Amino acid sequence: MQRFAALLDDLTYHDQRNGKLRLIADYLRTTPDPDRGWALAALTDGLDMPHAQPALIRSLAAERLDPVLFALSYDYVGDLAETVALLWPVAGPGHPPPLGELIATLGRTGKAAMPGVVAGLLDQLDTTGRWALLKLLTGTLRVGVSGRLARLAVAQFGAVDPAAIEDLWPSATAPFTALLAWVEGRGPRPANPGGSAFRPVMLAHALDEATRATLVPGDFCAEWKWDGIRVQAAVSGPARRLYSRNGEDLSAAFPDLVGALDFEGVVDGELLVLAGPAVAPFADLQKRLNRKTPGAKLMRERPARLRAYDLLFDGPEDLRPLPFSHRRQRLEAMIGSGRPGLDLSPLIAFADWDDLARRRADTTGTAIEGVMLKRRDSPYLAGRPRGLWWKWKRDPHLVDAVLMYAQRGHGKRSSDYADFTFGVWADGDRLVPVGKACLGFTDAALEHLDRWVRGHLVKRYGPVAEVSAGLVLEIAFEGLQHSTRHRSGIALRFPRIHRIRWDKPAAEADRLDALLALLG
Amino acid sequence: MSATTLLRPTPSGLYCAAGDFHVDPTRAVARAVITHGHGDHARAGHGAVLTTRETAAIMRSRYGDGCAGRIDETPYGQVVDLGGLRLRLVPAGHVLGSAQLVVEQGGARVVVSGDYKRRPDPTCLPFEPVSCDLFITEATFALPVFRHPPAADEIARLLASVRRFPERCHLVGAYALGKAQRVIALLRQAGWSRPIYLHGALLALCALYEQLGVALGPLLPVPEGLKNALAGEIVLCPPGALNDRWSRGLADPVTAAASGWMRVRARARQRGVELPLIISDHADWDELTGTIAELAPGAVWVTHGRDDALVHWCGTRGQPAQALALAGDDDDHD
Ligand SMILES: [Zn+2]
Repeated sequence: MQRFAALLDDLTYHDQRNGKLRLIADYLRTTPDPDRGWALAALTDGLDMPHAQPALIRSLAAERLDPVLFALSYDYVGDLAETVALLWPVAGPGHPPPLGELIATLGRTGKAAMPGVVAGLLDQLDTTGRWALLKLLTGTLRVGVSGRLARLAVAQFGAVDPAAIEDLWPSATAPFTALLAWVEGRGPRPANPGGSAFRPVMLAHALDEATRATLVPGDFCAEWKWDGIRVQAAVSGPARRLYSRNGEDLSAAFPDLVGALDFEGVVDGELLVLAGPAVAPFADLQKRLNRKTPGAKLMRERPARLRAYDLLFDGPEDLRPLPFSHRRQRLEAMIGSGRPGLDLSPLIAFADWDDLARRRADTTGTAIEGVMLKRRDSPYLAGRPRGLWWKWKRDPHLVDAVLMYAQRGHGKRSSDYADFTFGVWADGDRLVPVGKACLGFTDAALEHLDRWVRGHLVKRYGPVAEVSAGLVLEIAFEGLQHSTRHRSGIALRFPRIHRIRWDKPAAEADRLDALLALLG
Repeated sequence: MSATTLLRPTPSGLYCAAGDFHVDPTRAVARAVITHGHGDHARAGHGAVLTTRETAAIMRSRYGDGCAGRIDETPYGQVVDLGGLRLRLVPAGHVLGSAQLVVEQGGARVVVSGDYKRRPDPTCLPFEPVSCDLFITEATFALPVFRHPPAADEIARLLASVRRFPERCHLVGAYALGKAQRVIALLRQAGWSRPIYLHGALLALCALYEQLGVALGPLLPVPEGLKNALAGEIVLCPPGALNDRWSRGLADPVTAAASGWMRVRARARQRGVELPLIISDHADWDELTGTIAELAPGAVWVTHGRDDALVHWCGTRGQPAQALALAGDDDDHD
């Protein structure tokens, strides 16, 4: 335990990635099994430890420490676990248990016996050991090591391909003795996980405007980023599994979907629930996620569906090294015109980035939260490799504007107000228009708004109604540009009505200065 | 004359009316006794100064030969008789030349600890306990969270890091007077015989230590043009230079700091330190309380530092004690 504590201690101070990798690799080199494996489990969040409340630690402190000295010390140090670790009175050098034994002890200790067991361990550990134990117990350990970094350290330690570790990791269990034996060249390579095992997921980076400007549209495929949760379905004969992107098995919560899957292989996609033919709001999916086993009624009203993005395995064949465009063809061929529980997330045809931005902006009020850009030639790599996949979220700016004019729509909507011009406050109490948007809302909201416009009419110019300044619209937009068309001198890019703020007084809407500040 | 009336706190520091002198005065006075060379204790501009030979040398080196009207260098243990008032300086174990001041008159004895520590230090004489009626103690690290580990263990951690990161240099922030030389001496004790590289601000005091008989082994100034050639080496600098422009040219340094404050994570993180070394020239909680218990004086006065915790501790032991609330902030000096 002391050695692990010293590692954690070092990791909290070393910010450099390479430094952290070296520290972990050194630890693996100098620590025997099974402790080093348990340490890896602790670093990669794979440790099943009971959590203690801060109250337990406070009560231990109250038993052993002078309350005034404790209070003065806590005030100075600012961290409960650290304060107790530093203050804990020890009789002499102790005999701390090895990490594996300590974990086992805590694992079988009930709530009532916990304070005594923890106090006994604190008596045996040194300052750093006590700090590490209390941090682990309270779940407040922050050493800046992701699971991926720890796995990379394992690969560097044994000079093996990081991809191999990523592949084997999900089916390995703590304390990873067989895996480490192979890494050290002392044992056989553990068997590749079977057909229904979880495969590490490939993730995208968020795209900022500066990076976007450097990307060539023709290099990328675009697809919608659906507002569900990212999952992986792995099917091999009778073994069917649905995993979260972290490898958590969700199969039991979605028997309707898992039961329907009839392909062979591994599909990467988005888990959604439906309300009729449409995708239900995320809250409905959350409701299903919260049930370990859903009732028949819930499954009937909110059936689950997998919207497929990618094909990792086609039967036993590993497609991950192939370019995305190839995998996509194989995915389309496999799904064909549709399979039970499964449909295809369509690719978006686009001419250029502005075109795609416009399409993305048009998705307000849908189950789409943005666009994914995937390099056509990208292999499927575990983790978050740079430069291959980008998520271009609809990540709008928001402004509270005041409704100024409403305009009747065309065709079917010609009797309703459908187009709305809004403005923000400038020089005191003057409203200046900054944009115009139609309402991407439900009919009920539209009706409500229509009624408001009729009740606050000031003047009519043909199809356009001027209204009194009394209704705040929360406007989402992608950016700002200079405009000679608007009196305000600026125009919002892709503005849309995000919400109607029935509750907000018009006087409290935003001012032009706030928008101009965005222009920089 | 009772011990508690021999000295009294004033805005300029502790003052002894019977001998008409201040101890470590905070502003220029006619007559001063200086316990050691740190800037918050030894200031320039006094009329007459009484201090040890080493502290006198340190003061001249830092402030110039004219730093005081007159300096009376007094060997440790030698009694200075001021007409019935007897003074002597006794080793404090803090830095080279550091002293406690013992004041006696008519059977009453006061000890002013100055800054002190009880740990062995190859660069200075060890603290010498003197029983007394009034012990005026420092309290820089007077919180029970401050328990300094053995300095040799911390040096071993530094050397382990040097082995672990051979392609980087190790930059250790250490206070220019005392800490820097102690770290060097401890490295030599641990077998590090390579040249140790020094920031310019450390050169003069290290040379002075050697002149005064403290061997430090091969020391070199950091070569300005070749900073990036120091991979695998140990470089010392003042704490303030750890993150400034000067350190930028070094070969991907592992930043370390040798200070008692490194015991608390937030303090180390605040300075961006990757390798905190808990090496202090001040007494830790156990040394402070142990010394009071050992001396069992009639009264304890607590000068600068965390007086609240130490006065409380004295109270729990039935040891009369009070805080003096003298000005002084040792924060950056350890
Ligand atoms: Zn000092």
